[in-house]
Amino acid sequence: MEPTKTNSSFEPVIIGFTCNWCSYRAADMAGMARMKYPTNIRLIRVMCSGRMDPLFVLKAFASGADGVLITGCHPGDCHYIEQNYKALRRFLLMQRTLEQMGIEPGRLKLVWASASEGAKFTDEVIKIIDEVRLLGPLNWPAGQEMEMLPESIFDTEAAMEEEA
Amino acid sequence: MAEQDNPQKSQERIGVYVCHCGSNIAGTVDVEEVHRWAAERLEQDGVVVARDYKFMCSSLGQELIERDIKNEGLTRVVVAACSPHLHEATFREATKQGGLNPYLCELVSIREQVSWVHSDKQKATEKAKAVVAGGVRRVIHNVPLEPMRVPIHPDVLIVGGGVTGIQAALELANGGKHVYLVERDSTIGGHMAQLDKTFPTLDCSACILTPRMVSAGNHRNITLLTWSEVTDVSGYVGNFTVTIRKKARYINTNLCTGCGVCSEKCPKKVIDDNFEAGLGYRKAVYTSFPQAVPKYPVIDVENCTYFLKGTCKACERFCPPGAIDFTQKDEFITVPVGNIILATGYQTFDPRRIPQYGYGRLANVFTSMEFERLSNSAGPTGGKVVLRDGKTTPRAVGIIHCVGSRDRKYNNYCSAICCMQSLKFAHIVKERTGADVYEFYIDMRTPGKSYDEFYQRNLEEGVLFVRGRVAEVTDAARLPGEEGKLIIQAEDTLIGKQRRIPVDMVILSTALEPRSDYEEVGKLFGISCSTDGWFIERHVKLDPVATMTEGVFIAGCAVGPKDVPASVSQGSAVAARVFQYIQQGEIALEPYRATIDQEKCSGCRICNDMCPFRAILFHEDLMVSEVNPALCQGCGTCVAACPAGAIAGSGFSDEQILAQIEGLMLIDQEQAQPVEAGL
Repeated sequence: MEPTKTNSSFEPVIIGFTCNWCSYRAADMAGMARMKYPTNIRLIRVMCSGRMDPLFVLKAFASGADGVLITGCHPGDCHYIEQNYKALRRFLLMQRTLEQMGIEPGRLKLVWASASEGAKFTDEVIKIIDEVRLLGPLNWPAGQEMEMLPESIFDTEAAMEEEA
Repeated sequence: MAEQDNPQKSQERIGVYVCHCGSNIAGTVDVEEVHRWAAERLEQDGVVVARDYKFMCSSLGQELIERDIKNEGLTRVVVAACSPHLHEATFREATKQGGLNPYLCELVSIREQVSWVHSDKQKATEKAKAVVAGGVRRVIHNVPLEPMRVPIHPDVLIVGGGVTGIQAALELANGGKHVYLVERDSTIGGHMAQLDKTFPTLDCSACILTPRMVSAGNHRNITLLTWSEVTDVSGYVGNFTVTIRKKARYINTNLCTGCGVCSEKCPKKVIDDNFEAGLGYRKAVYTSFPQAVPKYPVIDVENCTYFLKGTCKACERFCPPGAIDFTQKDEFITVPVGNIILATGYQTFDPRRIPQYGYGRLANVFTSMEFERLSNSAGPTGGKVVLRDGKTTPRAVGIIHCVGSRDRKYNNYCSAICCMQSLKFAHIVKERTGADVYEFYIDMRTPGKSYDEFYQRNLEEGVLFVRGRVAEVTDAARLPGEEGKLIIQAEDTLIGKQRRIPVDMVILSTALEPRSDYEEVGKLFGISCSTDGWFIERHVKLDPVATMTEGVFIAGCAVGPKDVPASVSQGSAVAARVFQYIQQGEIALEPYRATIDQEKCSGCRICNDMCPFRAILFHEDLMVSEVNPALCQGCGTCVAACPAGAIAGSGFSDEQILAQIEGLMLIDQEQAQPVEAGL
């Protein structure tokens, strides 16, 4: 797809989730080696990619993000033994769900990066920024999304009370 | 959500501190602009103080936080500085000194994740604002946490009775702690017991090892469990329960004196693939070597005539104290321990996987372990270096380095010991046979104490070095002088030529590989392995014998290839590390834990199988699940998996992460719709 004039000047915002043990350290490593990537990505540290609740992805899109990057330890290297496999399973499910919601699955990516792979982390960040830039803005307008998604989706306690 | 909880203004009083880190941050991020913006724009979120400082981690920077907590009545602290992996503990401590719970401090990185990876100052400043806003929104939902304290049982389990395990066991036992030393084989000693000489000093391996073995065997604080394997581990740091299978020896060890008459009288000869590397024989009832500890033999049921045919019992007839017991069964014992040390060692690469080197096809191609036995004065030839026929002394010997290591087809890593081991072989061959010795190496790696001197010594002794990987070992003679020889074809990269060197004997310096059952062992003890199969350290440099699983430690070659000095060092290191826990009597654990709200739990048990640490147990009577906080490692996978939203993860709760996402996006909403942004 050729970038049009409008979306080539468009700067996407990517929310990146990193796991405490591998990919956040890869991001640290990228910094220590003074590798460069664009400012479009903002990182959140979680203990493990297995912590990734699909809710976080929806929340990021709902808050105005154009893309979400989930990163974790390589298969077999997970500090919690195998939780990144669970992240992988959820990721595949999330991509399908997003597609059904009309969101390009390319806006969500899963990447493995070990603590020593600062260069890979940098490359993957640059890649997703470029890819999402080509996809254009998501246009999930802020302020409206709460009407689209029932509030209770973010608030299980309220949902419980409702049920009760 | 932040706004839903605090529709007007946050009740919290938050202090924001933006660090210059000299010019590390301030060079790329307009630090003053960030703290000014935070004070103004995040006032609604409860920011009452926002400052910048040259070095926040300095004592003056920390005092700034402490003072503001006391004077301004701060309830939350956000520091925008370097990676939390560097200074999270520092700022938590400062927060604690100020009188707040340390977990009410949030460190967000604007150095590794902003100033160091970006160059556009304006954009980097905008991103830094976003990161600070994320931290502020998040910290509102931080809750005070207390490190969990669990008592430590003073006994220790050590798995693996090689030199590493023995060293760790002796260190702990001499310090008055009780150790269970479990060894799969019939004797302790490991690979080191098979070696002839140790480089670079060439002292006899058995002479330095066997006294250690005896000490471990006699020590009143060491329970030696050879011919045994760990079958189950439950519990958690400080409180493990370990089940050990003591395989039947068919020897009553209370009666056996270790006289060896049984082996002498046993009519069945078996090739010893294990200790003698296939070069020698043992009997069906045997001890691996004369100095074995313990001295009791075992009966090999797969080869014993009585077990195969039901008759013989020669050993029983001749045993002076009547210690042979054919009715013995495997025995299971359960012991409580506080810490576990895995020193399970390595196995050697099978060179049959590289067919062009001819091992198994060409008789006089030997593995390094075979050569160790061949040159060992207690070995099958009494230390005579001879060809496979058992009598011919070789006149030329080729030693090939890096067989199965530093090779993309097999193992990328360097096996660490091969260069020195090969030099040792060269020296022994020269000394005992006077043969010409050729070393085929890729790089000569001699980084230990007195190691390079040993290399120089070999050079002086006339060992010939050919730099280049060997293409092939063949018996197909092409040139005069090659008949009846093994021809090593290799590129000599220093002269840029192919060479064919005829020799009588080839020694393959085979790679060290992880034990074939590394995966099961990792699972059993709840630790992870690298893609190669070595156990993973908590920190490669700063915590090399701990693992991510509290209370489970690793040492020696199970962590990666090592020589004897390095293995012994790790044995001592791991003992010191465990000692620290035992002496404290209890251990403080990071309070990141999952908890299940039993009111909300539907008893679906989805979370039960999610947990690789078996931390979630199901109460059949109440039909709800519960997290054992001492087993939980805080990954949060179950939190995300619970369909009822019944599981909360402290430290990384849904509320914290969702609020952080909002915070990170705040600045864009600000640009889109000046005020009143947010959800």
